[in-house]
Amino acid sequence: MDLKRRDFLKIIGLSTGSGLLGWVGTANAYVTKPDPHDSAAMLVDTTRCVGCRTCEMVCAEVNNLPEPALLGDESIFEQKRTTETYAHTVVNRYPNPTGEPVYVKTQCRHCNEPACASACLVKAMEKTPEGPVVYHEERCMGCRYCMVACPFYIPKFEWSKAVPAVRKCIFCFERQKEGLEPACAENCPAEALKFGKRKELLEIARTRIYQNPDQYIHHIYGEHEVGGTGWLYLSNIPFEQLGFRMDLGTRPYPEFTKGFLTAVPLVLLIWPALLGGVYAFTNQREQMNNTEKAVSPIKKEV
Amino acid sequence: MAEYIQYPEKIYTPHLWIREKFLMGMSLSAYIKKQFTPFNVVAGLILLVGLPFIALRFSQGLAAVTNANSDYPWGFILSFGLFAGVPLAAGGYVLASTVYLFGLKQYHPLLRPAILTGFLGYFFAVVYLLIDLGRPWRLPYPMFIYYGPASVLFLVAWHVALYLSVQFLEFCPAIFEWLGTERFRRWAMRITIGATIFGVILSTLHQSALGALFLLAPGKLHPLWYSPLIPVFFFISSIFAGLSVVIAESTLSSRFFKDKADYHYLASLDNLTLGLGKAASVVLFTYFGLEVIGVAHGNHWALLGTPFGYWFLIEILMFVLLPCFLFAFGTQKKKVGLVRFTAFLTITGIIFNRLTVVLIALNWNLPHHEIPYWKEFVIVLTIITIHLLTFRWIVNRMPVLREHPDYKGM
Repeated sequence: MDLKRRDFLKIIGLSTGSGLLGWVGTANAYVTKPDPHDSAAMLVDTTRCVGCRTCEMVCAEVNNLPEPALLGDESIFEQKRTTETYAHTVVNRYPNPTGEPVYVKTQCRHCNEPACASACLVKAMEKTPEGPVVYHEERCMGCRYCMVACPFYIPKFEWSKAVPAVRKCIFCFERQKEGLEPACAENCPAEALKFGKRKELLEIARTRIYQNPDQYIHHIYGEHEVGGTGWLYLSNIPFEQLGFRMDLGTRPYPEFTKGFLTAVPLVLLIWPALLGGVYAFTNQREQMNNTEKAVSPIKKEV
Repeated sequence: MAEYIQYPEKIYTPHLWIREKFLMGMSLSAYIKKQFTPFNVVAGLILLVGLPFIALRFSQGLAAVTNANSDYPWGFILSFGLFAGVPLAAGGYVLASTVYLFGLKQYHPLLRPAILTGFLGYFFAVVYLLIDLGRPWRLPYPMFIYYGPASVLFLVAWHVALYLSVQFLEFCPAIFEWLGTERFRRWAMRITIGATIFGVILSTLHQSALGALFLLAPGKLHPLWYSPLIPVFFFISSIFAGLSVVIAESTLSSRFFKDKADYHYLASLDNLTLGLGKAASVVLFTYFGLEVIGVAHGNHWALLGTPFGYWFLIEILMFVLLPCFLFAFGTQKKKVGLVRFTAFLTITGIIFNRLTVVLIALNWNLPHHEIPYWKEFVIVLTIITIHLLTFRWIVNRMPVLREHPDYKGM
């Protein structure tokens, strides 16, 4: 059959082509990993926070967001709040069985290896080498996979807009580039927020625990969680009582899909070979049947 | 030797051509008059309600028509249209490889309807996606502008786009036969084998990738559904989903489009249905085994005694093991009706599974759960209606359920 050679070439071409595709795929399959020690980070000492919500106020100011509701009103703490498209950080109050209530500031944790960035198919979420996980609105398709992936439920979507975007804290990246501290840290009156390099903040956190062993839980939340986060937390009561998830593990989230992505080029290479082989067999068998039919006067039942 | 009467070649005026190709041989007024059927009236009413809702979504945002929220970023429209729609459209690659790669030529009559169902399935999955995306006009971004190859969704986007094109090419012969352009048809037939192999590769990857998307949500998806094997679950289940849809589609087509089908199609249907049922039974059993391995691998036996465990057991026993046995029994006893019923049961099971993963088992540990807004159902119903109307439009005109007299046995 004259088509045979062409089919063969087709199969070869296909497998080579798809193999190349796969190779390019894996070659790019790594997110840029900044050295987490030198990246920008924040230490949140919840034992110092007084729940004044100045951070919420200045955050809204620098990000051109509406002024937070009920400033200076304690009733805001009666319900747990989450970050919103219009509020990139919120402070919640948690009861402390042995003393004063504990206030916890929530915002993007700026993971060392963020799930959102590895989820994004257009790199709208991006881990900068400096540390902040920033968002490029001009790239975003609004698929919201980042929201599915984020273990801290941080990215928020503008559900009520015809041209929506995702919103979250970007660690005042623009201010950082100008050499300024993030607005929340600069304005915290209680010095509950300390901005600096991750390595140094970890030292400070350890020192505080070491010097006041009875005052702190001996755990820095964010040091190892999900492969380490840029925001680190200290507390005097167990973190699970502050709404922190203790089951997230220490494995960076991008690793969960790495195995699958590695298998992709294998499928691209093996399937054409396998299926091409199967096709070659069936084709051959059919030709043999056809010749047999042509030669034999008795029609063979198929 | 018999004498054949030589008919003069038909000469088309543009007027006649339009009448023949688009108006099913009727004059425009006769064609319009024929449209007032009960089905069309109901379809029209659905569109009358549904299309404004879709318009509302684009002018007011998703909140106007959905209950999707930040804890459930993917709502009913996407979980039904994309996550359940894509495996249900797997019939195209399953049948194409059966006929062309494995050489089971007797399934040929079912191939074209399967490819059409597959193509439309993917096409409308993209339509659901466009309704759900925040900025749908940026759909080409991952292809041409900003590349995020470390994302599983990047792979899904590329492969669905490529596969949609491949399926269109695979369906092209039917279009060219309808239009009577022989040269293009020959050209389109040449790529069959290549397109089939490429289609299987793309399908393997994006069907499994839809499952792999959830690998990034280990703390959110319930452990009974979260498994390192989830890509394999999604791929294997797409095979029996595709087979079941081919059976279901042929059941409905042979009933509602009987006049558009040829004798060959109708006469071979029962036997082919039994064959497909047998295949589906084997694949369902494999899938059941995989699910058991998944539970054993994570050592989640104790979770089977919880409410989510009961839900999981319903899925596995009622929608996997039961259809597996029913398919086996039906093919053994040659009960075609039972096999057809089981196909519909299996399709229900696939929808059940995908909705569970995206809407129910995701964020199982949050105190509240999202219940879709009724307008989401209306939008889905609207798209299903357009889907059916498109299918009908094509089957009424192109040689799908029948062979074109000029190309018999080709």
